[in-house]
Amino acid sequence: MRGRPPVSAAQDRPAVAAAEPQAPAVVPRRRSRGISLALFLLGAAVLVAPAFLLSSFRLFQLTLAAGYAVAILGLNLVTGYNGQISLGHGAFYAVGAYATAILMAHFDWPFWATLPVAAVVSGTLGYAIGFPALRLGGLYLALTTFSLALAVPQLLKHKAVEEWTGGVQGLFIVKPDPPSFLPIEADQWLYLTTLAIAALLFLLARNLVRGRIGRAMMAVRDHPVAAEAVGMDLAAVKTRTFAASAVLTGLAGSLGAVAVEFVAPDSFTLMLSITLFVGMVVGGVASIGGAVFGGLFIVFVPNLAESISKAAPGAIYGVLLILLLFVLPGGAAGLWRRALERRWRRDGGG
Amino acid sequence: MEGFAHQLVAGIATGGIYASVALALVMIYQATHHVNFAQGEMATFSTYLAWAAVQAGAPWWVALLGTALASFAIGVAIERVLMRPMRDAPVLAVVGVFIGLMLFFNSITGWIFGYTVKPFPSPFETSAPLLGGLVSGHELGSTAVTLAVLALVWAFFRHTSLGLAMRAAAFNPVSARLVGIRVGWMLALGWGLAAAIGAVAGVMVAPVVFLEPNMMLGVLLYAFAGALLGGIDNPAGAVAGGFLVGVIENLAGVYLVGTELKLTLALVIIVGVLLLRPSGLFGRPVVSRV
Repeated sequence: MRGRPPVSAAQDRPAVAAAEPQAPAVVPRRRSRGISLALFLLGAAVLVAPAFLLSSFRLFQLTLAAGYAVAILGLNLVTGYNGQISLGHGAFYAVGAYATAILMAHFDWPFWATLPVAAVVSGTLGYAIGFPALRLGGLYLALTTFSLALAVPQLLKHKAVEEWTGGVQGLFIVKPDPPSFLPIEADQWLYLTTLAIAALLFLLARNLVRGRIGRAMMAVRDHPVAAEAVGMDLAAVKTRTFAASAVLTGLAGSLGAVAVEFVAPDSFTLMLSITLFVGMVVGGVASIGGAVFGGLFIVFVPNLAESISKAAPGAIYGVLLILLLFVLPGGAAGLWRRALERRWRRDGGG
Repeated sequence: MEGFAHQLVAGIATGGIYASVALALVMIYQATHHVNFAQGEMATFSTYLAWAAVQAGAPWWVALLGTALASFAIGVAIERVLMRPMRDAPVLAVVGVFIGLMLFFNSITGWIFGYTVKPFPSPFETSAPLLGGLVSGHELGSTAVTLAVLALVWAFFRHTSLGLAMRAAAFNPVSARLVGIRVGWMLALGWGLAAAIGAVAGVMVAPVVFLEPNMMLGVLLYAFAGALLGGIDNPAGAVAGGFLVGVIENLAGVYLVGTELKLTLALVIIVGVLLLRPSGLFGRPVVSRV
């Protein structure tokens, strides 16, 4: 028994439109190839420049933000594009982080080699959690992931795995050294590596969302009955999307673990999952670019807020979340889109 | 054997608290098809209000009653101000508001009352052993209070015309409106009742888990498990599920998994129910009309 017919999500509409082919209408003139290349190089320069301009602490924060951006991207895939609410993506972040930390600390694996393992482990967990929860309505996934997020710190502390996870103390790892032919520091190298991996994952996610699979994901979100009628296996689409999203967030956990050089159960509480959720809404639900904004937001805003009071980040998150959902459900990406549209209308309408 | 009996009784006592919160969740679920993730944090805030009243010298029972009334008002206000405009919003927005409320209540509780763990007085503490040491005074007292609350709620829905109107509004809002029931206000009343029930549960559990801003997280999780186990569309089932989860938690905590994995047990129960019997023990299977 469904409460009411699936209301096409008001805040999702612009996002869906943006993913459709007519979206380029927002930018009316076709850019020439030269301008595109110049823009690309400019963007790359803007991203790479901090490595040589900022203090190592600021660079660390940016590295962390890039990792969180990937985590939010993963959450956005399942919650934004597929409409299935997860309140426990911190669990996959934790699994990725621990996969990397365990392999690096106990087996001396190089960082890059741990990434595929982190992806496989978190993807498998995602499939295992999604399988029972996603056969049913969306509410069940929210409940299951919520309880998963609460259970993860306990599981990591448990005696049976303490030998591997280091228990409450956690594990220390060391960030990879830059190759000897490059005259840069380890944190600069890590920032650049993280940036490259994040850029690759963003590109993959963008292509996934724009392609056939992305359309299937959005069809399942916007009109499950119609999607089923044209022969889509709803549960399969949802479970696979959830697994893919867990892979992204797990990889983000690996990136985060090596940036912090430390993992401990109490960094992966329910609050982490909620923070990712807040970052997704602030950046923009069902928006690829919004995830970047969300990542920056959840690194820098609590930092500022904590100088006011220990309770301030939570209070700000809570109030902001409610306010945003009332006045700007599209988040930062929605604001950006609206600004572009207005400019286009002014230019086009004369 | 005596240890087993004691764990069973203790399980029923905590189960009563889970049952109350599960009932609060189901009441809102039945009317709106949303699960209030902020239910636990709202109850925590109410419990702190009761604590403040007791600290200020109010008699315990007055504090409990006053807190329940205040929580009722807070619940009604939240429905009117925040949830009503979200009536036709997509699920994600509603869940987002719940999470926002949860964060908000959690942090203002910490902000106002601090993060240090506080003991909470129980009026039922006795020095004399009851029933040969089988049950503590607080366990007996809190079970009696939760049972009284559950009975009151049942009587209210079963035997008063307002209760009937609220059931009608949840069951079939369109027809209810046609016969003159103010469906919007019935929803607000439901929120108020749920908040008040949560507040009583919070006050009952506080002497056991001690007062701190995150104290209801575990309780909320078990209440979810209880509601799912009993059937999320069936209030009586959810109550039974809550008691059952309390007993399972206590017995498994002692004989199976130990106290470190208690929260994981809730996850196992939830996943188990979804795999084996998604509609719960007493719920109806979900049928959707195309």
